[in-house]
Amino acid sequence: MTDLMTSFRRFDSSRHGTWVVAGVMVVLLFILPVLDDPLLLLQVRYYISMIILALSMAFIWGFGGIMCFGQSMFFGLGGYAYAIAVGNFGESTAPFFLAMIVPALFAAFLGYFMFFGRLNDVYVAVITLAVTLALYYFINSTSGDEYTIGKARLMGFNGISSIRKFNWPGDSTALLSANHLFYFAMGLLIATYVGLKLLLGSTFGRVVVAVKENELRAELLGYDVRLYKLAVFVIGAAIAGLAGCLSINYKNFISPNAFHLSLAAQIIMWVLVGGVGTLLGPIIGCVVLLYVSFILGTGASGGGLNTYLIFGLIVMIFVLVIPQGIVPTLRDWREQGGRYRRMTAGAVLSMAEQLPASSRAPVRAFGERMLGLAPPSGHSGNKG
Amino acid sequence: MRSITRRKFLATSAASAAAITAAGFMGNVRIAHADDEIVIASLFDQSGGLDVYGTPMTMCTTLAVEEINAAGGLLGKKIRLISYDPQSNMELYAQYAQEAALKEKVAVVQGAITSASREVIRPILGENKTMLWYSVIYEGGVCDMNNVVSGATPLQMGDPVVEYGMKNYGKKVYYIGADYNAPQIIGDWGKKYVTEHGGEWLAKNLFPLDVTEFGPEISKIQAAKPDFLYTCLVGGAHISFYRQWAAAGMLKKIPMVSFTFGVGNEHKSLKPEECDGIVSAQPYFQELETPANIAFVKRFQDRFGGPDKAPYLNSVGSGSYIGTWFWAEAVKKAGTIEREAVLKALASGMSWEGPSGKLTVDPASMHCIQDVHLAKVEGGSWKVFQTINQLRPDDVKDRCDLTKNPATAEQFTPQL
Amino acid sequence: MDLIGIQIIQVLSGIATLALMGAGLAVIFGMMRVINFAHGEFMMLGGYVVIVCTEQFGINLWIAMLIIAPIFVGLVGLVFERILIRFLYGRMIDTLIATWGLSLFLIGVVTWIFGNVTRGVQTPLGAYSFGDYSEKVYTLVMIAFTVVIYLAIFIVLRRTKLGLIARGTMQNPNQASCLGVSPPRVYMVTFAVGAALTGLAGAILAPLNTVIPTIGVSYVAQAFITVITGGAAAFTGTVLASGVFGTVRQVISFEWTPILGQVFLLITAVILLRIFPTGITGRFFRRST
Repeated sequence: MTDLMTSFRRFDSSRHGTWVVAGVMVVLLFILPVLDDPLLLLQVRYYISMIILALSMAFIWGFGGIMCFGQSMFFGLGGYAYAIAVGNFGESTAPFFLAMIVPALFAAFLGYFMFFGRLNDVYVAVITLAVTLALYYFINSTSGDEYTIGKARLMGFNGISSIRKFNWPGDSTALLSANHLFYFAMGLLIATYVGLKLLLGSTFGRVVVAVKENELRAELLGYDVRLYKLAVFVIGAAIAGLAGCLSINYKNFISPNAFHLSLAAQIIMWVLVGGVGTLLGPIIGCVVLLYVSFILGTGASGGGLNTYLIFGLIVMIFVLVIPQGIVPTLRDWREQGGRYRRMTAGAVLSMAEQLPASSRAPVRAFGERMLGLAPPSGHSGNKG
Repeated sequence: MRSITRRKFLATSAASAAAITAAGFMGNVRIAHADDEIVIASLFDQSGGLDVYGTPMTMCTTLAVEEINAAGGLLGKKIRLISYDPQSNMELYAQYAQEAALKEKVAVVQGAITSASREVIRPILGENKTMLWYSVIYEGGVCDMNNVVSGATPLQMGDPVVEYGMKNYGKKVYYIGADYNAPQIIGDWGKKYVTEHGGEWLAKNLFPLDVTEFGPEISKIQAAKPDFLYTCLVGGAHISFYRQWAAAGMLKKIPMVSFTFGVGNEHKSLKPEECDGIVSAQPYFQELETPANIAFVKRFQDRFGGPDKAPYLNSVGSGSYIGTWFWAEAVKKAGTIEREAVLKALASGMSWEGPSGKLTVDPASMHCIQDVHLAKVEGGSWKVFQTINQLRPDDVKDRCDLTKNPATAEQFTPQL
Repeated sequence: MDLIGIQIIQVLSGIATLALMGAGLAVIFGMMRVINFAHGEFMMLGGYVVIVCTEQFGINLWIAMLIIAPIFVGLVGLVFERILIRFLYGRMIDTLIATWGLSLFLIGVVTWIFGNVTRGVQTPLGAYSFGDYSEKVYTLVMIAFTVVIYLAIFIVLRRTKLGLIARGTMQNPNQASCLGVSPPRVYMVTFAVGAALTGLAGAILAPLNTVIPTIGVSYVAQAFITVITGGAAAFTGTVLASGVFGTVRQVISFEWTPILGQVFLLITAVILLRIFPTGITGRFFRRST
């Protein structure tokens, strides 16, 4: 079983794995605009911004070992930085970079405070959570017109709307078309993914992982652990800020909800569901969970089951049944089997008995095949 | 230990990538409309913090659609309603608005509860030439041909209620509200009215929506000794204020006027001893004793589980019923569901009489001229004691004239 | 003079509110190291129990609040400990996610059953005057309840065998197991007690606030920050942290705005954690409970 976990991780971290993932992205980059479906392009852009956010968390948590409960604050800061700057400059090139610089500077400040103060684990989580909430409350309270930066009003709870989209650098009248916005976003996603891969493969990346694995050992080897953590934190913040700026270009809007607890928790979910310590896993986790919540909202109707109820159930079952994330588990399941498959097989077999005679045979055969593949007893499908 | 071959691994990875792409492609499948149906969408939060407003609004839209269909449909076709649940999440608002406009190609979106969510979907629907009907009371100022507003504005509700307070209680006014755009603007209107009428504006204090502890503020109000309190508190958490106010024995000492009190069914959550005597101005109350309203309330309650189970109807919930019917009447008048024709029919100063009274579209702002009713809580329900007919939505009259500049599409802040 | 008096009462009430919110979490997170993200929803359940008991069944408010609410929420906690939490001990982050799911689930269930209408019970006992000011009597009662609850916790933990077993098991389950204690059982009971305390807090706060399915969000972050800033000795720490935060928040709320009160509370938390990285009681009162 460990073998299977490792093989997913090996795929994720291997060079050909990177090629495959980046290759799929490049294929999408060229295929999607050809389909001539504006809705699809729009919504893919939304997913791209969220995937980049997921990658930022996958990086600092999965590889840097920093459990940041407030990754959404950098997302929000990036968004607000872009919105305020573009409102003032009327041109999007500098705001685009500010959307990464502002969160990075803030992360440098906050990170210095935490890592050079030698705070760990749960305390980092709580401080980031507290700071995120403080930002949330603060931005929420800026509805008065005294909160105006240059020409841009902060607007408090209502949020800033009708924010300018990207234009070609230098020419503020030439706005990017929907297709170009897509190319730009997808290109940034590929750059982020490949960039993180290269970073992790470099000496710097190896030290980062070493610090995560064993802080004391890394320190005894002469590395300044605090500095490495700070660097990871700052890079993660910049990427999250980029995601915030892209998401604004999708919805032309930002509100304090960008700092909200529910987004902060969602980001953690994506990474956890996909698998901590990989980059591909969180991408998949992010897409799947967002899609589930989208579908639930389409189906809901007055008097029906509450969306929260269903989503909550999914989350709980997930943590209990597939604690190590979707992708490793799928692999697990195929190769190793275990009690979950035996359980499912049992369910399939009992279901077969309920079916009319004509359709019983294939279902039963399917159940039996599942059972037949079950490994000798003594193995457990679960792992701690 | 079996090990996995590289080829197998690549195959599965490719499969999962394909699955994800396929999930994306589902957006590509255009749903062919049956020729005999007209599709409309509603976008109201039915889960999350705003569901208290969104669920009755969805019910009211559903009821209106069922009624229209039962009466023979619209232009000989049946209406199909798609109810999206954005789950109090702005990203989902954007996604569903795009889906409604581009994939479902709906004739109209009845949507948005908060101003924030409206400002997310308004540009999206404008860009994609899909009409938006907004039916919630709000801070006013939207000036957009594509966005018809049947909700009332501060000028329509605020002035009557402050006027009532100053006539009956006295000249010293203390204002508290929720901390966002609408209560800010409403407070500014209030201050303008009070100072212009020789009153004294003591304070404007705003609270975040999740504050539940009002002890310090109640002491401050006691120290300021106003003649009456003007509130614009919003949401479930803020109901605590009324509870704590009454518990501190203040309900009998300092009277209170508000036009957000009742919008979240506050008077139903509180006991009569905690809210009797509060005065509000709204375009709609369930207790309105007009024949049209009595019949509407009965139909609504019959449809949604009887008087005990059906939610209480306030101006927010009923708004989407009015909005859906008004739109349908405009379609009938235009003879088509084409957006421009329907908007033109509405902008001709079209009127419609619903459960709340007569509404007339003001072509300059695409808001509605409508009746506003003053009511007082008595024994836990509203007692309507005065109706002010046909108030104009002239909040930003100085800058918004869609008859002259039909291309305007922004929200103005009133300059006071 | 009146003003100072009323302010002192409000500061005390702010402290008591935070301490109440933190009590159950001090057990579940402070002692057991289980990150219970559904803490706010357990409080919300406590509030609903009070409402249903008094409105539907006409049960006396005090009985509903002080007896039925903690028992009911304790049982709910017990059930979820059995079917969810017990598989996740020692896996902090997994617990966090699972209880986040639990919190959504509970919000969903309550919305489904009771609808989304805001509910509440009237604040009992009326008001008293204090010079120019008048305040609700219930505030004083709530402060008194908080004091009694904390005294009870200290006595149970320090003076009874039960408390000894609980503390011992949390410190070293293997050792406890060798001494004939069943750690899973102790964990189960402790979790249920923590849930019961949380439900009790929700019930006591219900007459001051309103109860809606989503009210938990307003509680959960404050409770966590209080307990974590408190540090290793969960209860002493929670009391100390509540003292600091409650004072900061009420005073700032009165002098300026409640939003600044909230922001300053969070800033104080960050500063305190910077000075005492393991919480206040990581440095002081280490030997207390």
